[in-house]
Amino acid sequence: MKTGALCFSGTNLSCIRDDRVLFEQLNFTLQQGQALLLEGKNGSGKTSLLRILCGFRLPDSGSLSWCGADINGSEFYEHMAYVGHLDGFKKELTVLENLKVVKALNQPGRFSIEQSLEKLQLAGYDDVLVQALSAGQKRRLSIVRLLMTASALWILDEPFTSLDRQGIALTETLMTEHCANGGMIILTSHHDLNLSGVDLQRINLS
Amino acid sequence: MSLLQAFLAIVRRDLVLAFRRRSEIANPLLFFILIITLFPLGVGAQPKLLQAIAPGIIWVSALLAAMLSLDGLFRSDFDDGSLELLLLSPYPTSVLVLGKITAHWLVTGLPLLLIAPLLALLLGISERALGTLLLTLLLGTPVLSLIGAIGVALTVGLRRGGMLMSLLVLPLYVPVLIFASSAVDMATAGLPVSAQINIMVSILLLALVLTPWPAATALKMSIN
Repeated sequence: MKTGALCFSGTNLSCIRDDRVLFEQLNFTLQQGQALLLEGKNGSGKTSLLRILCGFRLPDSGSLSWCGADINGSEFYEHMAYVGHLDGFKKELTVLENLKVVKALNQPGRFSIEQSLEKLQLAGYDDVLVQALSAGQKRRLSIVRLLMTASALWILDEPFTSLDRQGIALTETLMTEHCANGGMIILTSHHDLNLSGVDLQRINLS
Repeated sequence: MSLLQAFLAIVRRDLVLAFRRRSEIANPLLFFILIITLFPLGVGAQPKLLQAIAPGIIWVSALLAAMLSLDGLFRSDFDDGSLELLLLSPYPTSVLVLGKITAHWLVTGLPLLLIAPLLALLLGISERALGTLLLTLLLGTPVLSLIGAIGVALTVGLRRGGMLMSLLVLPLYVPVLIFASSAVDMATAGLPVSAQINIMVSILLLALVLTPWPAATALKMSIN
């Protein structure tokens, strides 16, 4: 993790979809070691907000800044990683082939591919085609992607979907570790989070 | 250096993928061969006529085969979310897009080039024009992939963007078609073709420099 304070903030964000105001006047500031949980019922704009935070959508008003500069002019994309509804893996390629592409497209992180796979209990699956993995294993593989890249900010959309109980506990441990190492997390989840010792902010969208 | 690695990783990934889903290579190539073999049957026993229209036939077929293959350029990446990861990479998207276009040309354009001599023989193109035909295909098919990428990038977010994409892309393909078939015609007549070839080289260089950036921007618009 890089030293020097990183900070991600949004000011006066709003999102309008099909003439419906999903949220407006939304503000947040995230410092290193903090996590932000977005809550709200289905359709309240959690995913839309995450996609705005990733830069896929422009907010209808307001701005996002990374360490004081607009995200598009800053090093934002060197420091962030996103896990969305789609896993972004090619099902015709093996686990290792997919992860090698991820490695080439991003800055190398704290863990190597093998170490990350081992941490998510996927060691030995290197040569398995992604289409042969179960939904939960694919989700674990998405989290492997977070560990092997140097990203301070994790943006996670429902990271616990289709994980088993042990997988959820494992992911929570990794998230707590990430924050303790100066990382930041923004996530949506319907699961009761258990991140002990993490400074957790909550935004309720509904 | 690592930008080059990212570029090569994209090219390698797409080549491996194309190899594992073979129909992607086979379809446009088969289409190309089918149209060209049907022409002699349709035109009848008139070898002179066939020889005269052969450059046009080959180039129009190459153009249609390229259009057919374009949809696959970003579709699967869009569907499985790897396009999002491509856009979130700290490396310039245009370079990564150029990687995808390169792989697309290697998979769909290069096979046309390799089978073309055989088909040229079938249509009775003279030997002295064969070299020019291959040269125009070598210079022209990458342009088809490059320009096509903008059209696909603009329409990949639409459910039925195929028709719209053809309308966007076809007019831009016309200069390539005109200069390429004219070059082959001239070569058949034994005239110099350097003017057409020079123009095609400049079209290729311009497309190489000018298309990846708008394609990357269009992808960002399509993903939202």
